[in-house]
Amino acid sequence: MANKAILFDATKCTACRGCQVACKSWNEREAVKTTCQGTIENPPDLSPQTWIKMEFREVGNNGDLRWLFTRRACMHCTDAACVKVCPTGALFYHSLGFVSYDRGKCSGCGYCSQFCPFNVPRLNTNRVTGKGLMDKCTACTTSGLDRIDNVDNVGNELTPACVKTCPTGALTYGNRDELITTGSAKVQQLIVQGRKKAYLYGENEAGGTHVLYVLDDSPSVYGIVENPKVPVAATAWENIVKPAGYAIAGLAALGLLMNVMVARINLRRKEKKEKGGK
Amino acid sequence: MEISRRDFLKASGAGLGGIIIWRALGSDKKGFPKDITLKKEAIGETPTICCYCSVGCGAVVAASEDKNLVVNLEGDPDHPINQGSLCPKGQALLQINNVDGKINPYRLTKPLYRAPGASDFTEISWDDAIERIAARVKETRDRTFIKTDSNGKTVNRTEAIGSFGGGELDNEECYILSKMDRALGLVYMEHCARL
Amino acid sequence: MTNHYIDFRNADYILIIGCNPAENHPISFKWITEAVARGAKIINVDPRFTKTSSKAHVYARIRSGTDIAFIGGMIYWVIQDMEAHPENYNMDYVKNYTNAALIVNSGIKLPNDIGQNGVFSGFNPTTNKYDKATWQYGNTTTPETDTTLQNPYCVFQLMKKHYSRYTTDKVSQITGCPKDQIEAIYKEFAKSGAKDKAGTLLYAMGATQHTYGSQNIRAYSILQSLLGNMGIAGGGINALRGTSNVQGSTDQALLWQYLPGYLPVPVDTDADLNAFMTRAKGAPATPKGLAWDKSINWKGNYDKYIVSLLKAWYGENATKDNSFCFDYLPKAKTGANYSHIALMDAIGRGTIEGLWIWGQNPAAGGPNSNGARTALANLKWMVSADLWINETAEFWRRPGVNPADIQTEVIVLPAAGSYEKEGSISNSGRWVQWRYKAVNSPGEAMPDLEAMNLVMEKLRELYEADTSAPNREAITKLAWDYGEEITSDNVAKEMNGYDLTAKKLAASFIATLKNDGTTSSGNWLHCGQYPEEGKNLAKRRDPVDVSLNKIGLYSNWSWSWPVNRRIIYNRAAVDFDGKPWDSNRPLVQWDAANKKWLGDVIDGGGDPINIAAVGDKRGPIIMNNDGVANMWGRALADGPLPEAYEPWESPITNLMSGQQIDPCSYISTYMNERGTVDKYPYVGTTYRCTDHWQTGIMTRNLPWLNELSPNMYVEIGEDLANSLVPRIEKGDKVKVSSARGSIEAIAVVTKRFQGIQVNGTTIHHVGVLWHWGYSGLSKGDSGNILTPNVGDANTTIPESKTFLCNISKV
Repeated sequence: MANKAILFDATKCTACRGCQVACKSWNEREAVKTTCQGTIENPPDLSPQTWIKMEFREVGNNGDLRWLFTRRACMHCTDAACVKVCPTGALFYHSLGFVSYDRGKCSGCGYCSQFCPFNVPRLNTNRVTGKGLMDKCTACTTSGLDRIDNVDNVGNELTPACVKTCPTGALTYGNRDELITTGSAKVQQLIVQGRKKAYLYGENEAGGTHVLYVLDDSPSVYGIVENPKVPVAATAWENIVKPAGYAIAGLAALGLLMNVMVARINLRRKEKKEKGGK
Repeated sequence: MEISRRDFLKASGAGLGGIIIWRALGSDKKGFPKDITLKKEAIGETPTICCYCSVGCGAVVAASEDKNLVVNLEGDPDHPINQGSLCPKGQALLQINNVDGKINPYRLTKPLYRAPGASDFTEISWDDAIERIAARVKETRDRTFIKTDSNGKTVNRTEAIGSFGGGELDNEECYILSKMDRALGLVYMEHCARL
Repeated sequence: MTNHYIDFRNADYILIIGCNPAENHPISFKWITEAVARGAKIINVDPRFTKTSSKAHVYARIRSGTDIAFIGGMIYWVIQDMEAHPENYNMDYVKNYTNAALIVNSGIKLPNDIGQNGVFSGFNPTTNKYDKATWQYGNTTTPETDTTLQNPYCVFQLMKKHYSRYTTDKVSQITGCPKDQIEAIYKEFAKSGAKDKAGTLLYAMGATQHTYGSQNIRAYSILQSLLGNMGIAGGGINALRGTSNVQGSTDQALLWQYLPGYLPVPVDTDADLNAFMTRAKGAPATPKGLAWDKSINWKGNYDKYIVSLLKAWYGENATKDNSFCFDYLPKAKTGANYSHIALMDAIGRGTIEGLWIWGQNPAAGGPNSNGARTALANLKWMVSADLWINETAEFWRRPGVNPADIQTEVIVLPAAGSYEKEGSISNSGRWVQWRYKAVNSPGEAMPDLEAMNLVMEKLRELYEADTSAPNREAITKLAWDYGEEITSDNVAKEMNGYDLTAKKLAASFIATLKNDGTTSSGNWLHCGQYPEEGKNLAKRRDPVDVSLNKIGLYSNWSWSWPVNRRIIYNRAAVDFDGKPWDSNRPLVQWDAANKKWLGDVIDGGGDPINIAAVGDKRGPIIMNNDGVANMWGRALADGPLPEAYEPWESPITNLMSGQQIDPCSYISTYMNERGTVDKYPYVGTTYRCTDHWQTGIMTRNLPWLNELSPNMYVEIGEDLANSLVPRIEKGDKVKVSSARGSIEAIAVVTKRFQGIQVNGTTIHHVGVLWHWGYSGLSKGDSGNILTPNVGDANTTIPESKTFLCNISKV
């Protein structure tokens, strides 16, 4: 089966946020309680109930003022850290290339949220059991709410809800290699028009992602991490520790080891955040 | 959309573009479908036009079996203007009827009456409401009716009743309201065009 | 709209002014984006940098309320460029399809003529009204023309003289926009004047909600007429209206000054039906010396539509002998104004005792909300039919009042939502689209159609019984036999109309409607929508574009009025041989071999100018009695040409003339304090956001939308926020006040507003959302508490887009 992807062209996005509501509607997410923080951006963060949001950035001033809109949701890595570290297999690769998810298998360990280079997975907090379930965008592959494996009643391929609802074609869906071709062509066009830092993001980042971005500026201007890396620990975890752990000591020792690695990654991430950020 | 897929639609003139409507049996409406046997069945996909701005986008509504709840709403892929897309308001149309699996609690479901000086509404029947309205309209109209003005001209109007509405009404509703208002002799009538 | 939404994609230049489609008509941006993919340029002019601005190729900031200066300057620039380089423009169009060549009364005086001091000739300062005699053509029955455009009294020369004061220096001074930006925009958009180029102009309430709002729009139409952009694909002046069926509700005449189909409303000086019809019909004024020689004056058919309307309303009771029951209709008082501000005024003064409201929320939607809410307490009774309790329905228990003090009886009727009933609505592009019932309405909620029917049936019963009631036949003789189960289908047929002799639905208003009582039609514009039993054309769903060159007419999807014409005035899209000016955008095209028109439904019938017989060569603008686009206007309240004035509340004096405000502004005296710049130094302007809609009652009860925009907010520039003491940080609670009242809101502090330099002063704007109120799930203060009770000179539309206010941290 062909490898699919979503292409987000930031130059076509008008930040209508139809995608935010379409995702909630299709995936039966509830609205979260928000307050106006002094910008028009809301909700403030992804959450188990909010799988996609738009970020707003005002860049420049006076004559060269620009208002940039960044899509924020799971990037659907080809070589996903979250899939590597998930102990239960709740996170897995869908046949079309997206990172899908079975909530029924989630143990609430939170490792995925610690290792994701894009800081996407979010957990519920359950005060009673202490176990909260993770939730994130599944590119509409959630079992029971699966769009992209299906066709409509006249045979048209269905697309993810966000893509379908996007009015300007800022979001498109199709074969990943074709989207890379179109995306690259658009980037070339932007460069010719004077946007010298225009860039197609996601072709190779983090081993290649199934959500690609056409940007008319460098990713950091759009608040996107420039060199996302799947932490070595995750690979180690998947290839060495996990199997070894099962062999040696079972979950307890595993857990301990994980905590150590997680703590180190957290520290590094904290440092990075303090340097970067909006 | 290629014409070849739409031939049958052209012929019937009433076809609907498709979206799959899911009937998730036994799903917890809070959004955690567990082991669900899915039935891919269209449950009455009905086309509508969004009620918000004036672009006039098409949406397709899927209803629950008892036709009381909207279970899904998406852009109408056949509609030439929006071609399946919807802005957040259009996408949220579903919540006018259904919030988290129940009828939106803010929807009015019964006629209400507030007496002079009262601090609350009380529920009344439709019959009661209609009678009260007709009685008030007639009393005010007849008492203030101007058959001829000070210049002796037949003017047949009342300036004591105003009519508001409505850009949200259907054309047919607007038409009969316009007809009613004039028949009753109203001149003060407005809707939201200036707002 | 002259054109329609999909047509935007056909434009080469898209001028978006007083309008923010990316925010408030997001799907329209699909077509704007397509135009850009085909090479089109977006030019956006707005006091604030908006979502639309973020996608524009060119953005210019102008002070709110200075559109006439800006566009006036462009008009002058184009006129000069046209004289120097006529080959870059469509001079055949300008000379023959507009009134550029027509000669005006030599008594005309322009605002800059000696002694005029900023007003045109004919102004009466006691009544604040104009005598328009000198604005008419020199010869009012067959106007003289000068197709060399040199005669000093021809429209072209008068416009040139008038707008010669609108130099780019002056425009820059008034608008605060730098000169180089102004000139760049003028030059760019003027390129759409070429025969093979199309420029479209998008506007909305940002342009209309001013005391000179009508003149703002006139300025746009003058510009578009000069550029040959009216009546072509990818052109036109296009109002992006705010409500899903505001078009339809206006078509069905829920505004006081019309009867359905924009027929005039009868007034007390209409002695009888004949006098009324004579007034309605007007008379053609065919210009002499142009390429064509017959002005159709479509309004000349109004007698047919008026009689047909009366037959629809009074059925068999309407006969020639009783003037088709014309006398039953209410006659408006000469000079009276019954529109929103006047209506609220009348409630406030106790004239109006009872109010029925079908899906509207005037306590938050109209200007001066505090005044409106105070006024409502004077009502003896009020009916509110709505899906929810809104601010109007519960005005009597709003924060700060004691319900025991308010005696108004309120009856609330639960209404069905849009997909809980069946009927049609008309979008801004005049597409009449049928929609269906998908779910039952909750509880006892009922479609307004059925509720109205129940009310009227009850009233008829009461009036049948009371033989002493005044003019009761107006009610008892009304053709109201919808039965207990009224259907929108039956009403749609009534609106379409019938050939009463043949007892069949009317095929079209052109073919069928007559003035002798043998036909009926509730709204002639809808005649042709339902031409046969079982054939409601509004239901059509053919999604294939069959237009010439696929310019996106989609003529088989739904039905547009009139007669399914998708772009009106399309006769102007062809030359005198019936050949499209632009072969890439063939909107209509004469097929000489088969002697018929191809493409869109041709406006006005008949053959092309050079092919038609002498005496039947038709002028393209069929709704004007002179057959041409009226750049020079003869009938507006406040002038034949738009002139720059300041708003009622302005921070500066008018730099164009000694006349400060539009002399014919509609100014209410009810609870309408006027602010001055010393107390209120900032320019307030209201607008909308994507997530909410109008007064918010249809969106603030939906959690997904509240999540996106949870609180009432105002927007101010970082420079203003930093200049205040104490400073305002983003997220702070602020108080915004005007001479009418004050509100609290969250401050959104942004770079998108910046101080504008106007004649040495820095002017800051405060952007105010108006979606909130004290009802519903998400509550907040109403932006309209701040706005003034003043309105446009012609339409009385409130001046919500420019008033004075102050802001401080709470």
